[in-house]
Amino acid sequence: MPSTTPPADSPAAADVGASPRIESREQDGKRWIVASGRWTTLAMSSPSDWQALAKSLDALPRQDDAAWDLRPIAQLDHIGAQLLWERWHHDWPATLELAPQHKAVLDQVAQYTVGTPEEPPKTLVERLRDFSHNGPRAMGVTRDFVGLIGQLTIDVGRLLAAPHRGPWRDFSGHLYQFGATALHITALVGLLIGVVLAYLISQQLRQYGAETFVVNILGLSLVRELGPVLAAVLIAGRSGSAITAQIGVMRVTEELDAMRVMGIPHGFRLVMPRVLALAIAMPLISLWTSMAALLGGMLAADAALDISPAYFLSALPRAVPIANLWLATAKSAVFGILIALIGCYFGMKVKPNTESLGRGTTSSVVTSITAVILVDALFAVLFKGIGFRG
Amino acid sequence: MNTQAAPSSAASETVVDIRRLWTVFKNTDGEQVVHRDLDLRIARGEVLSLVGGSGTGKTVLLRQILGLEKPSKGTVEVLGQAPGELSAAGAANVGMLFQHGALFSAFSVLENIAFPLRELKLLPDELIRNAALVKLQMVGLEPRHANRSPADLSGGMIKRVALARALIMDPPLLLLDEPTAGLDPEASDSFCDLLRGLHRELGLTVVMVTHDLDTLFDLSTRIAVLADQKVIASGTAREVIAYPHPFIHEYFLGGRGQRALEALHDRPAPERHAPRPEAGGAER
Repeated sequence: MPSTTPPADSPAAADVGASPRIESREQDGKRWIVASGRWTTLAMSSPSDWQALAKSLDALPRQDDAAWDLRPIAQLDHIGAQLLWERWHHDWPATLELAPQHKAVLDQVAQYTVGTPEEPPKTLVERLRDFSHNGPRAMGVTRDFVGLIGQLTIDVGRLLAAPHRGPWRDFSGHLYQFGATALHITALVGLLIGVVLAYLISQQLRQYGAETFVVNILGLSLVRELGPVLAAVLIAGRSGSAITAQIGVMRVTEELDAMRVMGIPHGFRLVMPRVLALAIAMPLISLWTSMAALLGGMLAADAALDISPAYFLSALPRAVPIANLWLATAKSAVFGILIALIGCYFGMKVKPNTESLGRGTTSSVVTSITAVILVDALFAVLFKGIGFRG
Repeated sequence: MNTQAAPSSAASETVVDIRRLWTVFKNTDGEQVVHRDLDLRIARGEVLSLVGGSGTGKTVLLRQILGLEKPSKGTVEVLGQAPGELSAAGAANVGMLFQHGALFSAFSVLENIAFPLRELKLLPDELIRNAALVKLQMVGLEPRHANRSPADLSGGMIKRVALARALIMDPPLLLLDEPTAGLDPEASDSFCDLLRGLHRELGLTVVMVTHDLDTLFDLSTRIAVLADQKVIASGTAREVIAYPHPFIHEYFLGGRGQRALEALHDRPAPERHAPRPEAGGAER
């Protein structure tokens, strides 16, 4: 580059504490743009300094024939150099004066600033192919899930054949985790739902003078439908996600592979104890939730309709045939098995990275809640003739 | 945050200053003293390796320099400040290469590198993107790797991306935790070459924890040995090995140490690069 006399009154380079500055001035009939101060990331990360610098950069004359003097710059790092390089639109200015160590930084920035290769947009054929993969993928999920159920059946058979070799410690641990520790939250939610429902119904029934029917409506809806579904949704959110996260973390940390290498089957050691534990815990929790909800309903009915708890309790067996209880229990056991299986399935499908773990947990909860409601509808249709006093 | 503390050009400028540091962990068996009255000063331009047996608190010391943990007693100063006070522009003071990279798995390679700059919410996007690309290539990767996700990278590439991210704001101090652990010999060698090159070009001060004796002898200008809850010896490889202490004898003069030492004798000791009056610039 041509050697030119730079402005004589450039600020002293010793001014190292100064914030980055840039200004333009006329000298010897030539326009000079002079940069000074510390052109470092640290200096630019102060909002006031950056805004001042950005403003003066914008205010610079647009024409590109100006000469640049960078010698007053006290410090120049890669971000500072990048800023200059962007201002020069990725080309060296015609006249440039600078210290040799700054030249090296700018050289490096100039050498390495290239556009990123953009990912080419997907063509129609590729989109179509991606979409067509959904079919096989859905079939794959179905196949895997059926495989999981089949494996579970085999494992349960193996357990029945040799009960003393079963993973009983795991089983009791899971039973405690999924069942005992869930009692508080399910009781609270059940109680409140019972209260809310009783108040809602009492409003309507009072208009027809049919106050005593609150027992029938509450009893039937809570024992048969709301108790099991409410408990299942709570457990799906609480234990289903925990199962997926546990197994998923084991995948991320290669514990699953370690187990397989030792010849310990995942199905027998990981899936079966969880499924059995939830199959037993779920009906109990459902019963517990229904009881709490009935208690709430009973108290609210007493307060809102003057229906005494004594009457409520004596009318309940007449209003709700015992078949409903068996139906609710059977339904809950199915919910429990489903939640555990779905949790295990998504846990096993986690890929060894954290993002996949989060996605798997979300899918697990959403899928198990959907499955619970679907199966509940199925039960409602199949058993429509059972448990009603006709 | 704008530090007005201008770097003085004194040749022996201290970057990290640890004084009378105590680290005590409380656990069920009582108290466990990890560091007792530990003193360590690291000058600008050094490559200091921390060496010590398992449980001697090497990584804890790194975390204290970073401000992730507070010492029980004593002070740590980084560039004249307590490390806990580093704020958004903290990445402009200290860069850290974590042992497993600690890349954000939800971001692409380029987004990972650009993250500290983007978080400032000041600089224009185009500038940030290009700056990240420059760093990506400085660590020996190619622009075509920019859009990959961390899950698709090999161990060596993860370390390189993590190094580019640590250097994005041109910090004068770089901390490395086991930089070559989990890399094959060739990748280790090329990573060491890269670190040596960056140290020279960017005038970095490097503090490193490593168990890899080849890396240790290859890069360090100074070795500090942690044992008996303090720094028992510090100096060049030759000086440290000459120090009479059972741990040093075991560590350097065992079978593995002998082999690495033989390699050391075959080549000249790494010279210490003279500190330059300016940080951030480059010299050729």
